[in-house]
Amino acid sequence: MSHAQTIPGATGVMEKPAFSVPAKKLAMWLFIIADSATFAACLVAYGFLRNATPNWPRPFHSITNVAIMTFVLVTSSLTMLFAMDAAKAGDKAKAFRWILITAGAGVLFAGLHVREWLALIDEGMTLFKNPWGTGLFGSAFFSITGLHLLHVTGGVVALVVVGARYMGGRYNADDIEITGLYWHFVDLVWMFVVPLVYLLNLAH
Amino acid sequence: MAMAEAQKSNSRKYVVVYFCILGIAALQFVFAYSHASASEMLIRMLVLAAIEALLAMLYFMHLEENRGLKWFVLIFTAAAVFGMQYGWTDSFRLLSGAPWAK
Repeated sequence: MSHAQTIPGATGVMEKPAFSVPAKKLAMWLFIIADSATFAACLVAYGFLRNATPNWPRPFHSITNVAIMTFVLVTSSLTMLFAMDAAKAGDKAKAFRWILITAGAGVLFAGLHVREWLALIDEGMTLFKNPWGTGLFGSAFFSITGLHLLHVTGGVVALVVVGARYMGGRYNADDIEITGLYWHFVDLVWMFVVPLVYLLNLAH
Repeated sequence: MAMAEAQKSNSRKYVVVYFCILGIAALQFVFAYSHASASEMLIRMLVLAAIEALLAMLYFMHLEENRGLKWFVLIFTAAAVFGMQYGWTDSFRLLSGAPWAK
């Protein structure tokens, strides 16, 4: 019983939480590790295809849109940190305001992403063919960026729901922090998607 | 009062890390227009992305505050990512057809 201790308020002898973090936070970290394996698998598969395909397309003529998207997403991580700090200080209104700003940045990011997709589709790109080279590019591009977009959309919904429940008193500052972990993870994945999928496929 | 001071110091740290990440991202965009070879470009991009990710994990996700959790996350994530690299030789085989294809 050397690893056990009595936790105040608990009725029995309980084991200390792993790494001294609350169970909910540890669960989020485990999810992040598992999800990073999912994204890594997608990016490695993408690299494999790109390496093994001689006529890989380089369709991106401008990086303005992706630069703005990156700026928006990184900035949303900062606003999420402000939300977490405000929640820890007990300032509910301020925390909720920052959460809404973060969610708004997420919506803006998703809008820019969809606009970019539509522009590529207009140029003739689909899941299976495109005018520039191998048809594999479309499936790789849409699946990786689509998976990321799905995460952003899920994150926006989670932010709004957790923010509203925090305001209603059902959730506390820890829940804001845990949602923030997920949001930073979405940002972190984007840091790898941008160079591999966009910047290495610039038309020179 | 101490809480307010700590919050102010945290905010300053977040803003510094935020600008560092934006700066590194800008560097990636500049490198994208250089005429380096594909492998050199890939290495540059991945190194910069890894630095950005490390900064985000340590300071935005607060891993620097928990040593045990930090190593747990880094080791497991690195093991998962590196474990996926076994297939590269096969992609070279598909491209050049040699020597394994024969």
